[in-house]
Amino acid sequence: MTSPSVVPTPAQPPHDELELLLRLGDDRLVLGHRLSEWCGHAPILEEDIALANVALDLLGQATLFLRRAGEVEGKGRDEDALAYFREPVEFRNCLLVEQPNGDFGFTIARQFLFDVYAVVTLDALSRSTNAEVAALAAKSLKEAKYHVRHSGEWMLKLGDGTDESRRRVQRALDELWRFTPELFVADGVAARLAVQGVAPDLPELRPQWVSIVHDVVDRATLTLPHDASHSPHLRGGRSGMHSEHLGHLLAEMQIVARSHPGANW
Amino acid sequence: MSGAPATRLSRDELLAILDTVMDPEVPVLSVRELGIVRDVSVDADGAVTVVVTPTYSGCPAIRVIEQDIEHALRDVGIGDVRIETVYSPAWTSDWIAEPARAKLKAYGIAPPTPAVATDLVQLLRAPRTPQCPYCDSHDTEVRSEFGSTACKSICWCRSCRQPFEEFKGI
Repeated sequence: MTSPSVVPTPAQPPHDELELLLRLGDDRLVLGHRLSEWCGHAPILEEDIALANVALDLLGQATLFLRRAGEVEGKGRDEDALAYFREPVEFRNCLLVEQPNGDFGFTIARQFLFDVYAVVTLDALSRSTNAEVAALAAKSLKEAKYHVRHSGEWMLKLGDGTDESRRRVQRALDELWRFTPELFVADGVAARLAVQGVAPDLPELRPQWVSIVHDVVDRATLTLPHDASHSPHLRGGRSGMHSEHLGHLLAEMQIVARSHPGANW
Repeated sequence: MSGAPATRLSRDELLAILDTVMDPEVPVLSVRELGIVRDVSVDADGAVTVVVTPTYSGCPAIRVIEQDIEHALRDVGIGDVRIETVYSPAWTSDWIAEPARAKLKAYGIAPPTPAVATDLVQLLRAPRTPQCPYCDSHDTEVRSEFGSTACKSICWCRSCRQPFEEFKGI
């Protein structure tokens, strides 16, 4: 692989755009891998196929965002190099997506919280001043819309279902809620990108996310956890500080590529 | 690919060649009929550029499609083939025109209904009843929005009591 010989002067520091693309790509790569762990284990055949389909879409979106990240970085790394040859501390995904699958209700609650975040952010990113980001976001949004229909309808079924399904999905919401504030933190990267119109102002998007989540949770006869009544909010994924779970996930995901670098099959 | 002979084929002739490149997952449709091939052009040196827009982000067929396009053009002596991938406007099943829809139905896949703009989150839509490709009945149900490939849903026909697939409208 060779680096481009001419690197045009970008309109903004390349670092921020690269960070944005890594965040978008890594969220989808890690969540897609988590969902793929369900393959062959889901409660019914249709659901096994559905989770594998969503995993494949997310992996495809990750490919597009990470490929672009490699181009923006300009060091000759492609999407595979970024996926398989980075250490956990170099990953920029949010903590929510790396949490282990738990039971089916836990996986659905995690997926629902992420899917609503995905449609809200991709919709805003489809109006990005960065044409490449806008195109990839608009394309991904089409898929995210049927993802959230899938996870949202399961929230209704499980919440307004049996005592056991309701208990399990409520417990999942209670446990996962502490990971959601991180999604809307405007750190330096996000704040600068928002000023430039490359990415949306994340704190401004949060009310839209809360409103959609609240509506579905209400219809599912579930209870939205109170921010203040739960364990401290966890964050750090966007700067590479992850839970212990990411290392285990990456070890499994990366081992073949690292054991046989450059292999083709 | 320096030294490769410049092509004398016209744009229409090149498009006709691309009409013979079939989708690996839905082999009754060409990559042009699916709307994946958006354009083709020849530059002054005879290099051919094919503009493609992938369907679903994770569709594993796209690499095979790109290789098949290159092979089809190399087979007619074009040495320099370039694939240019364009993501905007995003691919839509609305690009599949009527003759191709009839081929899908004959192949046993219900053709896509028009893509409609929806709210960001729209749950519990009115049940859809796609026409059964085997017996034409509308007494059908969509069993799952997710099927054997990213582009298809799983449906069931109550009239002829057969499962069938529907090409998703997105």
